[in-house]
Amino acid sequence: MTVSASASEPASLAATSDPLLKLRGISKHFGAVQALYQVDLDLPAGQVTALCGDNGAGKSCLTKTIAGIYQPDEGEIFWEGRQVHVRSPKDAAGLGIETVYQDLALADNLDIVQNMFLGRERKTRVFLDEDDMEKAAAETLAGLRVTTVRSIRQPVATLSGGQRQAVAVAKAVMWNSKLVLLDEPTAALGVAQTAMVLELIRRLKDHGLAVMVISHNLNDVFEVADRIAVLRLGRMVAQDDISAFDRETVVDFMTSGESSRGQAPAPGAQKAVER
Amino acid sequence: MTGIDDLRDKPDDPLAAEVEAAPDLTAAAVDVVPPALVAQSMSQYMRAWTVRVRGGDAGVLPVVLALVGVSLVLQIVSPRGLFLSPGNLVNLFIQSSVFIVLAMSEGFVLLLGDIDLSVGYVAAIGGIIAGEFVQPGLNWPWWIAIIIGLAVTCVIGLIYGLIITRLRLPAFVVTLAGFLFYFGVMIILLGAGGSVPISSTILVNQEFLYGIVNTNIPPTFGWIGLAVIVVILGATIWLRDAGRRRSGLVAPPVGLTVAKIAFLAGAGVVVVAICNVNRGTFLPIAGVPWVLPIVLAVLGAWTILLERTQFGRHMYAVGGNAEAARRAGISVNNVRTIAFVLCSLTAGIGGVIYLSWQGGISTNINGGQLVLYAVAAAVIGGTSLFGGRGRAIHGLLGGLVIGAIYNGLYLLGLAIQWQLIATGLVLLAAVAVDSLYRRGSAGA
Repeated sequence: MTVSASASEPASLAATSDPLLKLRGISKHFGAVQALYQVDLDLPAGQVTALCGDNGAGKSCLTKTIAGIYQPDEGEIFWEGRQVHVRSPKDAAGLGIETVYQDLALADNLDIVQNMFLGRERKTRVFLDEDDMEKAAAETLAGLRVTTVRSIRQPVATLSGGQRQAVAVAKAVMWNSKLVLLDEPTAALGVAQTAMVLELIRRLKDHGLAVMVISHNLNDVFEVADRIAVLRLGRMVAQDDISAFDRETVVDFMTSGESSRGQAPAPGAQKAVER
Repeated sequence: MTGIDDLRDKPDDPLAAEVEAAPDLTAAAVDVVPPALVAQSMSQYMRAWTVRVRGGDAGVLPVVLALVGVSLVLQIVSPRGLFLSPGNLVNLFIQSSVFIVLAMSEGFVLLLGDIDLSVGYVAAIGGIIAGEFVQPGLNWPWWIAIIIGLAVTCVIGLIYGLIITRLRLPAFVVTLAGFLFYFGVMIILLGAGGSVPISSTILVNQEFLYGIVNTNIPPTFGWIGLAVIVVILGATIWLRDAGRRRSGLVAPPVGLTVAKIAFLAGAGVVVVAICNVNRGTFLPIAGVPWVLPIVLAVLGAWTILLERTQFGRHMYAVGGNAEAARRAGISVNNVRTIAFVLCSLTAGIGGVIYLSWQGGISTNINGGQLVLYAVAAAVIGGTSLFGGRGRAIHGLLGGLVIGAIYNGLYLLGLAIQWQLIATGLVLLAAVAVDSLYRRGSAGA
């Protein structure tokens, strides 16, 4: 049983001081429905945490709480060790938390640069500073090694699903963000495009960002995640380093809230599980 | 279709991308992208542009071709080749100017996926109010009269915008109500006489309003004005392109920049030369009509607003994906409200031009037909009915197409019914092109 507790964190985590974002005892209810109950969650910098759970487990609710859309009824949020209150998406953005929702929120008729700067355009007094924005966008995309787009002045409508996801992610990391929340980033993608997006997530991690990925797809989770957190009916039933899980235990936690399969699988067994 | 599908499928292979891993974002670049941004030389530019046109994004090319085609046909069939004579071309522009300005007006709301059915009568209200203030009793300065007329149309647009955004009513219905409402208001304003004439030769302010369309810039001043405009625009284009080349961004080649400026100057010379030909029958008449620089000024102002300012960018964003705009922190309601204000303001400008052109406004003004022509001109020009795509120049080009049909069929001695039929067919063709374009490009 690997219920979350700071004592059971692996050495690599214990070495770093506090995780970037720490939730303690978060509860949220809508009328009679208890969406989240005493949830603890750690999102360390430089690591990908996968948030798993069945439909209705509270994944979206938890994400929206971190993103500032919902206010928790109870519980505390610590950002870089300090307690904070995230009252609005603006507060979240101020801290450096950006969310990429499943529908990506891109305007098809605008090009990549225009989308990445949407609502935060750079100006020279009255007019838009296109050259400056184009340079910054090109740098961000190059930093993420998004090189498959032909021109950053191409309308988003002409991009593939994977490229659109890449643009949405690049838009999120552009603002010195430290934590990126990705809601089902691969749900609508084919195999090749999924691989591209997972590679992109690894690069975010390499840049030292904390990443939380919500995903139904355990293949993707095991390919990209460093840690797994499993929600079931609003409770955090498991949270640990990925080596403590295999696919069966994750499914057990998602469906029944516990796993009787015992210890973490031997190294190598995990490889066999992939694909 | 095929060009776009090819584009979609190929670059998705992440392995291939890793192998190439070109740090230059635009290295592999000849496809459906603005050609000016990927080409380093003129030949590359031309090739990129051809590919882009075949890919379905032809910009203003279809409407320019339509304009050329319509003009050639009308030139061939018009009696004594009258259609392309200098006198008729100037006349054609004057007739088109109201359509052009109303199409630009409608463009603001079409860009958001809305529509304003009342621009015809709102234009009439603006023109009538400007006209009322230069009537014998009041005789206010002409420019104050215009400002008052335009201020009233701005208020009309503001009320539309507030009703549509705050009460969440569909623009179609609200402006349909406005159509009827302002039709009635117009009849009340015109009163018993049924018209507001401004063709007095005694009252200076009436003469001035009348002169907007019906007097010309002296030929010499026409050339001087053209030189000033070409120098300013040429310098702007040159500095922008040179700046991009210097800062290492993908920039159009020097040859293209020179070609753009040369084209601009050449077109200007042709227009001024045509206008400066004596087109009078008894007394000499020559020169650029004042309405031409006025229409170009409106075009320039709205182009800058839409394409160079943050507000314009937000309009495109709201038209393309209102939810994305909202999440990006853009106030969708404010953008829509201001779009209706700009629409009505521009309609008011169209009304003042109509007032000047006709020497007054009477109950004969057909606001219903004007709004249909305005929407048709915008769509023929390339503005999408579904929002997100549209430029001020679409109004100019579409308005000229409608003006050409209107003028050419009149020269042929064909009555109004044939103008209506021809305009209807051109509009249908334009909407079909728009719809095909959307199916081709937005299927992702």
